[in-house]
Amino acid sequence: MSSSANGGPTPPSVGIVLISHSAALARAAAEMAAALAGPEVTIRPAGGTDDGSMGTSIDLIGTAVREADSGGGVLVLMDMGSSVLTAKTLLEDLDDDDAPAVRLADAPFLEGAVAAAVLASTGADLQTVAESAEQAWSMRKL
Amino acid sequence: MIFDTQRAIAWINRIAELVRADVERLTTLDTAIGDGDHGANLDRGMTAAVDALAEKEPETPGKVLITAGRGLVSKTGGASGPLYGSGFRAAGKAMRDEGDVVALSDALEAMLRAIEELGGAHHEDKTMVDAFAPAVAAFQQAAGATADMHTAAVAAAEAAEAGLAATVPLQARKGRASYLGPRSVGHEDPGAASTVLIFRALADVTAE
Repeated sequence: MSSSANGGPTPPSVGIVLISHSAALARAAAEMAAALAGPEVTIRPAGGTDDGSMGTSIDLIGTAVREADSGGGVLVLMDMGSSVLTAKTLLEDLDDDDAPAVRLADAPFLEGAVAAAVLASTGADLQTVAESAEQAWSMRKL
Repeated sequence: MIFDTQRAIAWINRIAELVRADVERLTTLDTAIGDGDHGANLDRGMTAAVDALAEKEPETPGKVLITAGRGLVSKTGGASGPLYGSGFRAAGKAMRDEGDVVALSDALEAMLRAIEELGGAHHEDKTMVDAFAPAVAAFQQAAGATADMHTAAVAAAEAAEAGLAATVPLQARKGRASYLGPRSVGHEDPGAASTVLIFRALADVTAE
């Protein structure tokens, strides 16, 4: 159990799962978000099918969600297409009592992942982390 | 005729056979406007569904469809996995054990609703819904008129085929094909094509 600087218990931070059709893309996005957010945030990639080809796997995503949860819930970001459908399907399956609190972010994949990870590193709750990811749509580049 | 456990298993097995026989055609359709994996993906998903049923035979037709749906969701890999998988699970939950034509009709309607709800596709978006919705409507109409399961399933398969043909002039509004804009016109939708196989399989297994 970790503790904060003043010695009190730290509230569990929000975990993040990144779903992509590509295992390499999910891993790299997780690596980049972790680099910008610091080591306190648990970020799990869930890319590709369970045999490593292009696509999505509900089993890989389910495992990543359970691993990412430390009690504060999990924010899931999807790249596009079937990632979204698979994530929505998983959400319907997670209705038992001991399932982690999970939210799907309607957010751009990489920008949303970084925004969510940075907010999660501050100890923000699931709702706040989700809003941060979804606000990433409005961050213009030029 | 009763849509019992054995007939439900036969339906899933027949879909798998028809998908396997048409892998190349589905892939060719999907290569034209999609990412070229619909045939292989659905073949993998249906194989998982068949294997799950062979491993432990479910006790009711509803449980057959739920088990098949779970296999599809778990192994397909593309968008058709969650769509058809959630659809079969919804059909299974709606399926009543007496297995008469009305029970099957209600199950098919539940399947359509689940697919529409998950995918968010509407009429003429150039998706499987364009074959599925008319198929379910035709099944319901024929079931009401004749109460014969095979007649209803044949009508559904014919309506699905007409729905598939009607996707050709449409511009895609969902999935990868939607990025192509007007260039998605002039091709059959691969999801609508696989929906035809689902209803053709139902017609086949209700023939006797």
